[in-house]
Amino acid sequence: MSRRLLFASRRRGSGAGGLGASELRNPERDVYHFRRRLSLVAVLVFAAFCGLFARFFYLQVIQRAHFETLAETNRIAIVPIVPNRGVITDRNGIVLAQSYSAYTLEITPSRIRNLDETIDQLANIVEIQPRDRKRFRKLLEESKDFESLPLRTRLTDEEVARFAVNRYRFPGVDIKARLFRQYPFGEIASHVVGYIGRINDKDNERIADWDETANYKGSDYIGKVGIELSYERELHGTTGVEDVEVDAGGRAVRTLRRTPPVSGNNLTLSLDIKLQQVAEAAFGDRRGALVAIDPTSGDVLAFVSKPGFDPNLFVDGIDSANWQELNDSPDKPLLNRPLRGAYPPGSTIKPFLALAALTSGRRTAAQTIYDPGFFQIPGQAHRFRDDKPGGHGTVDMYKSIVQSCDTYYYMLANDTDIDDTARFLGRFGFGQKTGIDIEGELTGVLPSREWKRQRFAGKNYRDENRKWYLGDSISAGIGQGYNAFTPIQLAHAIAMIANDGVGFTPHLVKSVLNVKTGEVREIAREPASHIALRPEYLATIKHALAGVAKEGTSAAAFKDAKYVSAGKTGTAQVYSLKGEKYSERNVDERLRDHAWYMGYAPADHPTIAVAVLVENGGFGAAAAAPIVRKVFDHYLLGETEPGAAKDVPDAGDDESD
Amino acid sequence: MALVQRLWESLTRRIDSMLFGPALAIVGIGLVTLFSAADQSVARETSQALSLSFAIALMWMFANIAPQTLARAAVPLYTVAVAMLIGVAMFGVVVNGSRRWLPLGVARFQPSELMKIALPLMLAWYFQKFEGRIRWRDFVFAAILIVVPVYLIKRQPDLGTALLIGASGFYVLYLAGLSWKVIVGLFAVGAAVGPMVWSHLHDYQRERILTFLDPSRDPLGAGYHSTQASIALGSGGIVGKGWLNGTQTHLDFLPERHTDFIFAVFGEEFGLIGNTVLLVLYMLLIGRAMMITANASTLFSRLLAGAITLMFFTYAFVNMAMVSGILPVVGVPLPLVSYGGTALISLFIGLGILMSVQAHRKLVMT
Repeated sequence: MSRRLLFASRRRGSGAGGLGASELRNPERDVYHFRRRLSLVAVLVFAAFCGLFARFFYLQVIQRAHFETLAETNRIAIVPIVPNRGVITDRNGIVLAQSYSAYTLEITPSRIRNLDETIDQLANIVEIQPRDRKRFRKLLEESKDFESLPLRTRLTDEEVARFAVNRYRFPGVDIKARLFRQYPFGEIASHVVGYIGRINDKDNERIADWDETANYKGSDYIGKVGIELSYERELHGTTGVEDVEVDAGGRAVRTLRRTPPVSGNNLTLSLDIKLQQVAEAAFGDRRGALVAIDPTSGDVLAFVSKPGFDPNLFVDGIDSANWQELNDSPDKPLLNRPLRGAYPPGSTIKPFLALAALTSGRRTAAQTIYDPGFFQIPGQAHRFRDDKPGGHGTVDMYKSIVQSCDTYYYMLANDTDIDDTARFLGRFGFGQKTGIDIEGELTGVLPSREWKRQRFAGKNYRDENRKWYLGDSISAGIGQGYNAFTPIQLAHAIAMIANDGVGFTPHLVKSVLNVKTGEVREIAREPASHIALRPEYLATIKHALAGVAKEGTSAAAFKDAKYVSAGKTGTAQVYSLKGEKYSERNVDERLRDHAWYMGYAPADHPTIAVAVLVENGGFGAAAAAPIVRKVFDHYLLGETEPGAAKDVPDAGDDESD
Repeated sequence: MALVQRLWESLTRRIDSMLFGPALAIVGIGLVTLFSAADQSVARETSQALSLSFAIALMWMFANIAPQTLARAAVPLYTVAVAMLIGVAMFGVVVNGSRRWLPLGVARFQPSELMKIALPLMLAWYFQKFEGRIRWRDFVFAAILIVVPVYLIKRQPDLGTALLIGASGFYVLYLAGLSWKVIVGLFAVGAAVGPMVWSHLHDYQRERILTFLDPSRDPLGAGYHSTQASIALGSGGIVGKGWLNGTQTHLDFLPERHTDFIFAVFGEEFGLIGNTVLLVLYMLLIGRAMMITANASTLFSRLLAGAITLMFFTYAFVNMAMVSGILPVVGVPLPLVSYGGTALISLFIGLGILMSVQAHRKLVMT
């Protein structure tokens, strides 16, 4: 005790300065006041606790009988009724995703003594495969004990009847009707439609962010990818409530009250599934991306990412073998290439650069250069090669686009500041998200001085790495170097050219139908951007683009077409060959160049604009342009190669050429 | 043997058994109830026990920090907490429609948690500094110290936490001798502007109040919680249905039963007798804390200890009142009982501070 006293007094001596002085004032009175106030609090605390006690007494003694009955008859379970998920159709009303009801065999684990034994016994009545058991185990690990979990899905009527007879033997096992999602077209347009999957913790966070937790009670599935993800809140609907009387075992006996669910909204896509089939078939088994846009509205008519995947695999929870196959495949079938594949644009950038040169006054249409087959920066030894050995000779702007002359653009790049170029190209949406209505879009790279400074910022790089060199501009001048654009960006940009500088935000959903009220909401189609371009400059470029299809690099692909189209080929280097001549045969398939084609048709009054990329396809004219030809033929003329588009969709069986 | 004894003594020197005893008893009740509420999940139990041991270690640490040392941390802690709240307003992470979290690399941090300690600490320090010559303008300044964080938290929006933090600040003002006229005036103004506040509330806040008045409004949400909790308590009767035998709990009628609504589980399984035992334990704990407060040596310790004591009371009262249907559903856990590591840790830190105040009390008075 004495030691403590000493300690306390020493503290006071050396501690806070103001303390000593105030002690002199009237510490006893202060402490007295303080304690009086504290006593009052003590009284309040006591009173509050007495109040609580009184409330408990009221609930647990006086009202006990009442609440006991309530708990006894709290066999009134409030059961959420899952709403029907909205239907997704293409622009012509062909169903791409729909829900159907099917019977499932469900187990409530907490009510079962020996799970394995029960499942074994059930296997005598309905077919249960090892796969079902595995999936059930997985669900069991993830779930709370009180949930009822599906053991078998999609029971046949006969199986339902057989179980119904034996039901009394299996307390805690039940037949339920659940909604399943089906994608009749399978792999076709899989990256657009996407798929739904079981709600996980991350999804639950998202649901909480929307303040929709109550509305998702009872929902097992949520959109994971594509339209199913981005339009989740339109598609889901409003959960209904049912007050159900349950017997001692927890089984529903009768319904007391019911607020019906409200089905989710139906979506009509701008996609034309027939055109989509034609486009996908045109790829064969090559990898790549295609985006077709109606330049006058921003409607996305086709949106291809090859290879695709079968979304039906994901609905029940994908099994590990299929998942591994999709995930580990070097072909990356789960990658949404139009949105997330950033590729060097190659020569497809040339018409935009030519337009920039006209607009800035750095070139006129008639001005010519002489191409010896290469370009050298004055004073440097390195030769930037043209793809045509010996060169294109005298070249004006028309010829530079039609024959895709590299030297013309090396020289143009040498005369132009990269920041000016970046500013001009930025107005076409390069290096930015187009704002298409599905998630996951990448921005790509539109190089500029500022971009390079930031890209190579930090300690890992030296100042030389951050500096912009003339050589960088020269490479960028033919769409190589740091440039990397997504196919959707290129489609959007060529659509803007086709539509004389007026751009629409590309969108996959055309309208939303409220099933309950019948009200149709059109997705707004206001022009999103407008570039003021001199009509004569635009005419020059469009004339040259038409020349490409008529007598230029894609003339072979568009031979005998019954319409006039315009376009531009491109070849994007995957592998940099230092000075060597590129030869397809010497290069591993995966290192071969990517082939581009972008175009629109009809040339005078475009109704469709397309960008296509064939990964490792080699030369753009040979690999990519014929795909666009097929798309234009189908869209403008209704012509279809035999077998390319099937009239009747059927589930499971996917694309075949 | 003597060595072990001395070591034990030096370890427990600062531990106040009359505070620690009831606290441990309440925690024990919590663990027993949790086992039932979490469907006999051993994982939950272990996780809570782990948090508990960590919390007790922290309590021991704080019990060994002199109040004067804490006083020195007041200004920096408060400043940092306010800065973080402003940070949250500017670039916080939105969860559940509220901007409450600061992204800190991998984890998210909720600065309003820190403010729960920082505000009473700051106010206690401020009044200590001007002890003996506290004038009305000091109260005005203190009011500003309270209003700034309360406003920032309110607009996150997190009205519940804002009110609780505001209350902790008000407790310090009251204990520091805020004039009765002002207190009565504040309540009068509060009653007058109540209807005006209604129009400023967010939809979900109004919804909660409306649901409180009529639980059947929202059968899947808060109203359902409230109804089912009342049924659980009431049907428990005097002696309760017995441990692990609550039908409300085990037929899955009770929501949030291991966190905010754990008291309903307890009340259902242990009845009025159990509830009374718990109430008595809380009263013992709060009573002891009040004695410590009354005997504290400096104004700083008095105010800090008083604020901690009153917050303990407030949380316990608000939670039990909410579960038994006296107050609307607000997200307040039952101190020392509800599942959750963060709350357990801050509560035991509070107990540690109280023990430190007790150890450094004046011994001159009887």
